[in-house]
Amino acid sequence: MYPDDCLYTKEHEWIRVKGNIGVIGITDYAQDSLGDIVFVDLPEVGERYDAGDPFGTVESVKAVSDIYTPVTGEVIEVNERLKEEPEKLNEDPYGEAWLIKTKIENPGELEGLFTAEKYAQYLKKEDAEK
Amino acid sequence: MNQGRSSLVRDEKLIFELSKPGRQGYSLPKLDLSPQPLEKLLPPSYIRDDIAGFPEVSEVEVVRHFTRLSTWNYGIDTGLYPLGSCTMKYNPKVNEQVSTLEEFAISHPYQPEELSQGNLKVMKTLEEFLAEITGMDRVSLQVVAGAHGELVGLMLIRAYHDFRGEKKTKVLIPDSAHGTNPASAYFAGYQVEEIPSNSEGRIDLDHLRQVVNQEVAALMLTNPNTLGLFEEEILQIAEIIHHSGGLIYCDGANMNALMGIAKPGDMGIDVLHLNLHKTFSTPHGGGGPGGGAVAVNRALEPFLPVPLVEKGDRGYYLNYDRPNSIGKVRSFYGNFAVMVKALAYILTMGGEGLRLVSEAAVVNANYIRKKLAGIYHLPYDLPNMHEVVFSDKIQAAKGVQTIDIAKRLMDYGFHPPTIYFPLIVHGALMIEPTETESIEELDAFIEAMKSIAIEAEENPELVRSAPHLTKVSRLDEVTAARKPVLRWQP
Amino acid sequence: MRHYLPNTEEDLHRMLEAIGVQSIEDLFASIPEELRLTESLKLPPPLSEPELVDYMRRVAKKNGPLSTYTSFLGGGAYHHYIPAIVPSLLSRSEFMTCYTPYQPELSQGTLQSIFEYQTLICQLTGMEVSNASLYEGATALAEGVLMSNRINRRPRVLISEAVHPEYRMVLHTYCKNIGIELTTIPFDQSGSTDMGECNNLLDDHTSALVVQYPNFFGGIEPLKELTSIAHSAGSLLLVVVAEPISLGLLKPPGELGADIVTGEGQSFGNPLNYGGPYLGFIATRSTYQRNLPGRLAGQTKDHQGRGGFVLTLATREQHIRRGKATSNICTNEALCALAATIYLCALGKKGLREVAYQNIQKAAYAKELLSGLKGCRCKFEGPTFNEFVLQLDTPPEEVNRALLKERIIGGLPLKRWYPQLSDCLLMCVTEMVPKGEIDRLSAKLEELL
Repeated sequence: MYPDDCLYTKEHEWIRVKGNIGVIGITDYAQDSLGDIVFVDLPEVGERYDAGDPFGTVESVKAVSDIYTPVTGEVIEVNERLKEEPEKLNEDPYGEAWLIKTKIENPGELEGLFTAEKYAQYLKKEDAEK
Repeated sequence: MNQGRSSLVRDEKLIFELSKPGRQGYSLPKLDLSPQPLEKLLPPSYIRDDIAGFPEVSEVEVVRHFTRLSTWNYGIDTGLYPLGSCTMKYNPKVNEQVSTLEEFAISHPYQPEELSQGNLKVMKTLEEFLAEITGMDRVSLQVVAGAHGELVGLMLIRAYHDFRGEKKTKVLIPDSAHGTNPASAYFAGYQVEEIPSNSEGRIDLDHLRQVVNQEVAALMLTNPNTLGLFEEEILQIAEIIHHSGGLIYCDGANMNALMGIAKPGDMGIDVLHLNLHKTFSTPHGGGGPGGGAVAVNRALEPFLPVPLVEKGDRGYYLNYDRPNSIGKVRSFYGNFAVMVKALAYILTMGGEGLRLVSEAAVVNANYIRKKLAGIYHLPYDLPNMHEVVFSDKIQAAKGVQTIDIAKRLMDYGFHPPTIYFPLIVHGALMIEPTETESIEELDAFIEAMKSIAIEAEENPELVRSAPHLTKVSRLDEVTAARKPVLRWQP
Repeated sequence: MRHYLPNTEEDLHRMLEAIGVQSIEDLFASIPEELRLTESLKLPPPLSEPELVDYMRRVAKKNGPLSTYTSFLGGGAYHHYIPAIVPSLLSRSEFMTCYTPYQPELSQGTLQSIFEYQTLICQLTGMEVSNASLYEGATALAEGVLMSNRINRRPRVLISEAVHPEYRMVLHTYCKNIGIELTTIPFDQSGSTDMGECNNLLDDHTSALVVQYPNFFGGIEPLKELTSIAHSAGSLLLVVVAEPISLGLLKPPGELGADIVTGEGQSFGNPLNYGGPYLGFIATRSTYQRNLPGRLAGQTKDHQGRGGFVLTLATREQHIRRGKATSNICTNEALCALAATIYLCALGKKGLREVAYQNIQKAAYAKELLSGLKGCRCKFEGPTFNEFVLQLDTPPEEVNRALLKERIIGGLPLKRWYPQLSDCLLMCVTEMVPKGEIDRLSAKLEELL
């Protein structure tokens, strides 16, 4: 359900770590809650963010969500394809619809994130509370 | 059952698609003097070739085109328009008539004051009436909409604090507020801190006491609030904010509940805006023009936008000598023709009449609440004022949501209420009937809502796929947002 | 006033019974006692309809016999002919008494007319996308500047002194709260923006260069050169159009490189109305469309494939984005935009050009005639549209007072905004001024000067 090769945040982002580069996207739960995605606003390559900063937004017809980076670092690549095809986020949130690739300055920041299993549990709790 | 029906509704292309070279829709006299060559009057490279794509149609086609378009709309003159927070009351036709009196319509804003005494009298009289109705000290009519009034009100608050050398950075806004409130605060240069409503849908005083501090420039509130509930503790709220040096801004969109009953000026409100196109019956026009007013107490008066209308020995005049004014917030003086309509309305109703308006507005909303309670979920089952908020909780169990109920109402011949606002109610249905609805119209609406509730139980798909009887069914808003087409291209 | 309150005493009693209260008072129980009014509002007693009409007529007449005067006033509000079909169509209650088209299935008429309006504005200005309207010209400029700042995040704006002074005042009021710095560029002796100063002041902190076209003095700013200068500094060119009839003849700003065009649409089918309601417009390149303030109507299909229109890109707006919206605007000027749309459709390609043509010809005739009078001359060289500045040897206020006795409202004295032009009047001549009246003005001026 939630790919094992990713770590997850409370704000429903995922990060796939390859060495000191992280690929970041939003989870299936996030895209489902938003509904049909109509627009994605992504940063410029070279922008640098601290862990927890918002780096972009994802929009449906009636809602906008900020997306937050779980790690401190510089953006090295941005998924240009989402400009023309935002619907990819609904179709393939973990694969083709990655959002940005970033350098990871402090690998220690990854320790506070959820594993796939813990994220699934977190979601169960969230749903129960509603 | 009162089903919506239409007689023949014709389709109509875009005006550009009806265009044919050589067709003419205008009638102008010939030029009555000898023209000079255009190249002599303008640099040739600045003379335009043609207005590519502009229509060429006959007058008949223009009239048919827009007449047909109008038949696809629903207005207050069609039927109940229970949009909560919008106060869609009847727009008196005589007000339209007097606003088009020639001497008003041909007045140029820069014409001499001696030729504008009528205009200035209209403005000054309306200002005074609005001050009386709200219990405030001075009114400016320069703002042209509610949101404009909010922005200006916050600018006045900022000017007040700046004048006293006090640095304030935050505005407190309840989570039930209209979206224009935080947006206006942002454009006034403030940070917004949202304060949660309590279980009774009102401002939580304990929480307020905790968050208020020297950084707070103001609390923006709506009273009655967007749930239609009066903030009973308003005097204590005002005391808390004033005590820490802040001011109270009141969003006056809901004034229709209070006229002749209570005055914001007595509640500790420092500044409020009014919507002439809501409470004071001027037409909404499909999204404007509106008319606004900003009403202030003495402390904020020096900062009002310039000019102010004054009466002197030689008549009315525009006073620009206001050294502490925030400046101008609009060119000229405001939406004058809208002011004429609002003035006409107040003159027609009188003080007693306005009180009857508010009473009837509150009775009508309570009647709807009583009749639909139990059939639709009432998140706050408390005596409401001029509007009432339901939610789709009962129907959602069958997979029918607020949006579906709204669309199905169209098939019954009614415009839906406001939906999904305020945000603190999930699936909100905000109903404001206003005082100009008869008991028969209200009963018809109630019957329609009851029928839909039954349909939601017995035939939910019918509701979920509504509307069925309108010219178009639900539109693809996703594609419209993904691949926006915002103009015609040949 | 009972005619606006349908329910009778009997109806009210039935309703109170159904609600379960004894009296109306009970419904106001949530209002603290000390706040409840014990006296009626101190307002005049209600007027019946005939009395109201009579009263309003008498108030209107206090303006004097305005229709017998000939006016040469412009300055951001223009007297043009409004074809009879405009008020006639506007008065259809389905247009007038409806609200914002949030429920598109019941508002296709409004939505299609907005779409047509957006298209017409694009065609006129040469831009790619327009919104559904803003309040009026001054706040439209403020919105345009805020938009420019959102796009390139630069804090400074250069604005020509030849932009309407009230627009500049409003811009100042809007910008001072959010840290956008405004610098004014003077006009040169031709009455146009001083290009040398532009060059000096433009830098990489400048978000936009703002000029008006035609400018406040009626002059045609050299947009080609200004675009060049602005873009070479990485700034946007924002062009203000206060008299859009001119676009019937003038090259559109979009073709000359403008990035944002804002303006005042009152000239299109909206009466002077002592300053309002008017019609702000804003148009831009499609790359910036998500930065536009206000409403946007978009074309789409319904779920059965039939064509229709909806409000779109709503996530920019206050009701969704709240504190982070592109503007706080909600109610705009929809009916005024509809008036403009009907006007432009009626005039069409040829009609608008004809109106513009008559404006420039009559103004040119007046300019030549008046500047030939002793004690009177054109202040600025260079081409103008339907306005021009006259410099007088006699104080302009005195001249105007005398003209008023002759039922002529003279030009706009510029002293209040431009101390360096305190001996000048801004004259405007539209298609509504007969040649005979221009001649009469000339004759009277000759006597006075």
